[in-house]
Amino acid sequence: MGKTLFEKIWDAHVVIEKENNPSLIYVDRHLVHEVTSPQAFEGLRLNNRTVRRPDLTIATMDHNVPTKDRSLPILDQTSAIQIHTLEKNCKEFGIQLFDMNSPNQGIVHVIGPQLGITLPGTTIVCGDSHTSTHGAFGALAFGIGTSEVEHVLASQTLWMEKPKSFEIRVEGKRKNPHAVTAKDIIMSIIKNIGTAGGAGTIVEYSGQGVSDLSMEQRMTICNMSIEGGARAGLIAPDEKTFDYLRNRKYTPKNYESLVDYWRENLKTESDAKFDKTFTLRIDNIAPQVSWGTNPSMTCDVTEHVPFPEDYSKGDQNQKKSAERALEYMDLKSGTPITEIKIDRVFIGSCTNARLEDLVEASKVIKGQKVAKNVQAMVVPGSQMVKKEAEELGIDKIFIDANFEWRESGCSMCLGMNPDILSPGERCASTSNRNFEGRQGVGGRTHLVSPVMAAAAALEGHFVDVRQLDWD
Amino acid sequence: MLDNWTGISMEAFKKIKTIVTPLDQINVDTDQIVPKQFLKLIQKSGFGKYLFYDWRYDENENQKQDFVLNDKKYQNSKILVTGENFGCGSSREHAVWALQDYGFLVIIAPSFADIFYSNCFKNGILPIKLEEKMVEKLKHESGELEVDLENQLLKTKTEEIPFEISPYQKMILLEGLDEIAQTLQLENKISEFEKHSKIPSVL
Repeated sequence: MGKTLFEKIWDAHVVIEKENNPSLIYVDRHLVHEVTSPQAFEGLRLNNRTVRRPDLTIATMDHNVPTKDRSLPILDQTSAIQIHTLEKNCKEFGIQLFDMNSPNQGIVHVIGPQLGITLPGTTIVCGDSHTSTHGAFGALAFGIGTSEVEHVLASQTLWMEKPKSFEIRVEGKRKNPHAVTAKDIIMSIIKNIGTAGGAGTIVEYSGQGVSDLSMEQRMTICNMSIEGGARAGLIAPDEKTFDYLRNRKYTPKNYESLVDYWRENLKTESDAKFDKTFTLRIDNIAPQVSWGTNPSMTCDVTEHVPFPEDYSKGDQNQKKSAERALEYMDLKSGTPITEIKIDRVFIGSCTNARLEDLVEASKVIKGQKVAKNVQAMVVPGSQMVKKEAEELGIDKIFIDANFEWRESGCSMCLGMNPDILSPGERCASTSNRNFEGRQGVGGRTHLVSPVMAAAAALEGHFVDVRQLDWD
Repeated sequence: MLDNWTGISMEAFKKIKTIVTPLDQINVDTDQIVPKQFLKLIQKSGFGKYLFYDWRYDENENQKQDFVLNDKKYQNSKILVTGENFGCGSSREHAVWALQDYGFLVIIAPSFADIFYSNCFKNGILPIKLEEKMVEKLKHESGELEVDLENQLLKTKTEEIPFEISPYQKMILLEGLDEIAQTLQLENKISEFEKHSKIPSVL
């Protein structure tokens, strides 16, 4: 029987294997940020250990960084300490850091691919659950805890039980690919498989619906694998993948010979078997809007806020959880989604803050204004994205429409910096999690695509972007 | 290889017998276990006071009386029993540090999120997966529960319930092993692997 892509990458990285034990897996790329690393570096110091491969380790600061004027000091002392701690640790252990003033700074999952650090067939880890994003390049990429960060820093390896494999086939063609986006595909998948549907597995996304997507759209899909419970999601590399990574800052010198090898080897063999499969047809899917407090609580923009008994399909725990979600979200069952009014719009995060996301959103708002009573912001995923967008004049379109145009970082996806919702505020957000309080205590998050967020900003409520006049 | 591990780091897991704290919710995410405003600390200790912070306290930092952790009955409990997919979302190990610092050493649920599950073992917490029916029973049957990891048994007044755990993870907890020290003894295997790696350095 042939191997799946995941199995091929796994097998190529096993250092030690023993029956009934986890395997020792080699890590090719270790990405580090300020929130989940301080305790790991402290652990190394306490035990007189060093970083085994600083040349395979890259750090940036993204979670805490302010997105307003960066020449000013950081007001939150605890954020400032965490940021300075990363600087100190990178210096002490010899790790390359893209700090707040670097042109390469940005959300770690945005800059990895942009810099050519992310490569097909590699293992990539980071103390961050959205590391799954890098799977779009055919890498085995997953989030780890801080103890594991310390283990990788010290040994460049991890002990791991081999996960199961899960194929998610995306079949068909979207009628309006500007209005129905990669975000809507992955939200539809999560709505169907549930928040734990991928638990214990590595997902491989396949089918025409995936190969049709650009690299940036594929990153949106893989990014949210974790919201479906999978630690990693990956897509077999193709010519789009190889083109994207060619001539980046850190693209390896022997890139073309690596491409030859990847082209031959990095695919699931036709007779390989997955432990689990799911197929989504996308010909007729609608733009998605989340209504609850986990990402599977999602419906079409044309639908109504569901009744808990319809959502739960007889499961008492699910019903209770939907009732609680509706109460937290202050929504009434039966309300049309398009009648939900919003206060804030956030276009940003490792899910949807790449150039293409911003370009698409800008097409929706060009020449128009954000609705009265709505406060809207764009936080580019990296300083490189910001610069490219500014070269295209995208910033002006947003600013003219009364959006705020910020510096890059994680920002209001999780609100560790000053960008947060006030209690009771309702936000159309292009991020990945609608958990209680995620964007600010008492804040209410509706997950949507960048074009859906842009349209909601103009109207002050959700609208079906398929009805807009697209050029 | 794995047979002669010796270094010790965590406190070894011993038998536990306490009352069970029932948290009657599914899909409890790590944003609820420790909200983001507490992730800025650079040490591992002292996270217990932030455990379930937004559920435990109102906006004036008064205890919310209807939240289970604020019920005095459970204040010495070391066992949390909860719903499926516990610990989903963010990879933050702070969630495990908070549970442990608060006093929980065992978490029982029908299922756990992958990263959270693996973080538990690094910090001396035993996550136990049990059938949903059994979890419901434990949640509603107040009283003491004994957790015997060595024999993989839960003991209530009336019954003994076996549970599964991988031999490796059981050993890690029972012996409180320092995984990094063990791995570093395998230096020659790691170096050998690196000699054949096709993947170039970043720098």
